[in-house]
Order: sequence, then structure tokens, then C-alpha cells
Amino acid sequence: MKHREAWLRSVALFNLAFLYFPILVLLVFSFNASRLAATWQGFSWHWYGQLIENGALHAATGNSLLVAVVSTALAMVLGIPAAMGLERLARRSQHILGGMLLLPLVIPEVMMGVSLLLLFVMAGMPLGLTTVILGHTVFNLPVVIVIVRARLRKLDSCLGEAAADLGASPWQILRQVTFPLLRPAILGAVLMAFTVSLDDFIVTFFVAGPGATTLPLKVYSMIKSGVSPEINALSALMVLLSMSLVGVSLLLQRR
Amino acid sequence: MNQLSRSAESLGDMGNPVSSHRMTYWLLTPGVLWSAVFLFIPLMVVGVISFATRGTYGGVIWQFSLENYRDVWHVVYARIFGQSLVLASLTTIICLVLGFPLAYYIVRLSPRWQAVWLILIMIPFWTNFLVRTYAWMFILRTEGLLNTLLLGLGVITTPLDLLYTDKAVLIGLVYGYLPFMVLPLYATLERLDPAFVEAAQDLYANQWSVFRRVVVPLTKPGIIAGCLLVFIPSLGAFLTPDLLGGARNMMVGNLIQHEYLVARDWPLGSAISLILLIIVIAAVVAYFFVEPIRSRQELEP
Repeated sequence: MKHREAWLRSVALFNLAFLYFPILVLLVFSFNASRLAATWQGFSWHWYGQLIENGALHAATGNSLLVAVVSTALAMVLGIPAAMGLERLARRSQHILGGMLLLPLVIPEVMMGVSLLLLFVMAGMPLGLTTVILGHTVFNLPVVIVIVRARLRKLDSCLGEAAADLGASPWQILRQVTFPLLRPAILGAVLMAFTVSLDDFIVTFFVAGPGATTLPLKVYSMIKSGVSPEINALSALMVLLSMSLVGVSLLLQRR
Repeated sequence: MNQLSRSAESLGDMGNPVSSHRMTYWLLTPGVLWSAVFLFIPLMVVGVISFATRGTYGGVIWQFSLENYRDVWHVVYARIFGQSLVLASLTTIICLVLGFPLAYYIVRLSPRWQAVWLILIMIPFWTNFLVRTYAWMFILRTEGLLNTLLLGLGVITTPLDLLYTDKAVLIGLVYGYLPFMVLPLYATLERLDPAFVEAAQDLYANQWSVFRRVVVPLTKPGIIAGCLLVFIPSLGAFLTPDLLGGARNMMVGNLIQHEYLVARDWPLGSAISLILLIIVIAAVVAYFFVEPIRSRQELEP
């Protein structure tokens, strides 16, 4: 028995090491003074300084934030009511409609990018930030629906019934009972959708025009032109950013 | 109204049935319309174009043809499909082999430690995929960390060719999708009643047969869910083979991108994406055949 425990524990720890090793390597080497990226030559903030001076990065960060804010807002406006509506349907239609709305979670991202590109080209829409925002809303919508629905299911339906018994109209119940109870899930969904949007590369890659470079697109083109410590520094910042966003989101959802 | 359908409804459903019905409709319409315009119509366009003909300068000529589906079987494309299926299957198997013991280990920890481990597994999953793939480029390339270390230690005398190989792609895929395997496995293992394992042990089953004949059959839905969640994104992967595999290790995702953006053969690109989508949907449908069996099992005492 003891033998098996030790074996399981070592496999578990190996998994953890495997998951964290590359991230830690990035963080450590972002402080490396050497330009030859893989040998340690002393601690330095140099590459972070380079990032601050890089104007193209500022523009890309601005674009990313704009896209994330607008597409998250759109996904919330569409997704929260949809999650509520789904929970009010009968089982069968809930399965069918739910499956349709959650489809972006399973279809290959490349395919989503390609099909959106076709749509925009055929509709004669110029590729740019607008098309990126529309594309991001497509995959942010199911993220919002999943999180809000999970919370709706945990809510006690008696609260709504009690409000109805006291003469509240459906809209009043929605505004004064359901929404306040949903608040943690809504905040969690905002952060999660925001993170997913900030991180997206593939859909953006297909539907972004020349003027609409987001941060991941910029990182990609930097990687394609060669490994440099500057990318390590940028990566480290992006890792910290998404980790903190997700951390806050998880805390909110647990409440 | 029975308990089941009642619990499926949400708050505020007890008012006037007519206005309540209308409200459900209004709640759902915007989201459904959005999905129709930006998801279903585009997918249908891809479907239609896959039967069209390519124009001389890359446009689409609206002339029905099955040419694209015939072209897909060309050696070059069929090989890429084959390689993708092999890589996605290997990724799934490795993730299962690594993920099962991990999930089994986590389930038997105290609730507090279970939460800690689960969050630790989710954090890398939520960090930028591009950045995580880049980390492996940094480690695996010729002047990368691994070669520098091995050369420094005198284990090797010439750097190993690791980056831009199918092995690098495999490492990247396993790395990217391992959490997708662990989480559903954990969810089913958590529901496994330890009494079954104890009963088997009382009946003198050895550890291996307890595992093979009790634990595995009872956690089958989780195993299948985990395998699908790994297999589907691995099969359609784009970034991992693009960055770690180079031009010689293309997968279907890269082929689609190539046909659309480089070769500008939209009809062929569409046919390839449609075949990919059909494989993915077949996998999901297969999963839903297993799902009802599980819910039936749960209802049994």
C-alpha cells in the first residue's frame, strides 16, 4: 500500500513540474542580462525597459484592451439573458438550444476563424478592429452562458416563487431577486471572458486587418522573427496578467 | 408538476404563464440571433464553398463540383490528415497515462488540498497559450535551455535537433491539453464510492484487478469525456504545430490556414475544414451516446 502511495505521489508531482517548468523558465530568463537567451549572465531589468520603449507594443496593447472590453460587454448583454432563458426552457429544447449556443466551445478554432473570414469578406466588411470584436464575441458568448448558468442552477427557486407570491411581476423578480443573486457569477464571467479575449490568437489571426494588431498577434510576429529575451519579458507580464485575472475570477465564483 | 422539471426552471417562473413564456422568448432571441449570424451562417457558407470551384486568381466560381473532396485524398493532404490523427491520438493516450494517476492522487487528499491541487492545475491552463508554446521553443531549440544544459553537463557533444520535429509538437500538445484530461477524471473519481474498492479488496482482488475491473469501469464516462476534450482540440491544433513543428510537421489546422491565406484555394480549404468538423462532431455525438448511460446509472440506488 505504502509503495503505491509513493508511486502515485511521484507521478502527481511530475505532472505539476511538467506544467510549471516552462512558465518558471520564462519568468526566470526574462531577468537574464544575456542576449544569448539560454545562459544565465546575471540579473537585469533591461528587457522590461526595452518593452516600455516599444511603441508598437503600446498600440497593440491598446487594441487588445479595446477588443476585450467591447467583446466582453457584448457577450454579457447577449449571454446573461440567454443563460436565464435556457434555464426556463423544457429539458429537450434546453438541450438542443444549449448545444447550439455552446457549439463554439467544441468546433476547431481554425474553422471558426476561417468561417468568420469568409462571412466578412463576402459581406464586404473591411477587416479591422470591428471584425475582431465581432469574432471575439462569438467565442465569449458561450463562456458567459456556461458560468451564469452554473450559478442559476445553484440558486434556490423558492426565492423567486416567494417574490411571485408577494405579487412581484416577472421583470421585478428578475431585477430585484435574480440579478443580485447572480452578481458573483456575472463578475466571474466578465473576468473570464476578458481573459479569453486578451489571450485569443487564432480567430484574431484570421479576421484582423493590417491596422488591427492585438498583443498576441504582435507576440506571434516577434516569435516568428526570432527568439529574444524581450519576448520572455513580455511573456512573463502576460502570464502574470492572465493569472491574476483568473485568480480573481475563481475567488468570485467560489463565493 | 414533478420535482425534476420544476428544478430545471429558474427563478421568477411562477407568474402569469403567458407573459413568462414571452419573457423566455425575449431573453433567448438576441443570443440565438447572434449565433445564427456569426456562427451558423458562416459555417454554412464554408459548406457551400466546399462544393464550388476555385477561380484562376484565388476567388470562388459558383460552379458545383466534387473536385475538392477528391483532391483531399491526394497523398500530400491525406498524409497530413493521417499525421494529425496519429498525433492527436498519441496526445490523448499520453494525457490519460499521466492524468489518471494524478486525478486518482488528488481525489484521496483532504478537501483543502484537493482545492489547492485543482487550482494549481487550472492556472497554467488559463495562461496565454501562445506564451506557453513559446516557452517550449525557448527550451527545445538548438541553442535552447535543454541543449545548453546537456552540453554543459557533458551528456551530449552536439546539440540535439528537438525543435521543429513531431516530438516537439507532441510535447506541446500534451502540455497544452493535460488539464482537459485531469478535470473530468477528477470529477468522476470523486463520485466513485470507496465501498466498491473495499468490497473488491475484501473479495481478495489484487491491486491491479481492483483497478482494472472496478475503478476503470466505474470511471469510464470521465475517461471518455477527458479523451474527447483532449482529442478534439489536438486534432484541430494550429499554434502548436505552427511554432513547434515547422513546415515539415503540418497538421490539419495548418493545412486549412495554408489553403486559405497562402494558396488562396478557398474551396479546397473549405472541404478540408468540413471534414475536420465532421470528425469532431462525430466524436461529440459518440460522447452523448455514453452520457445517457451515465445519468441512468446515477438514478439507480
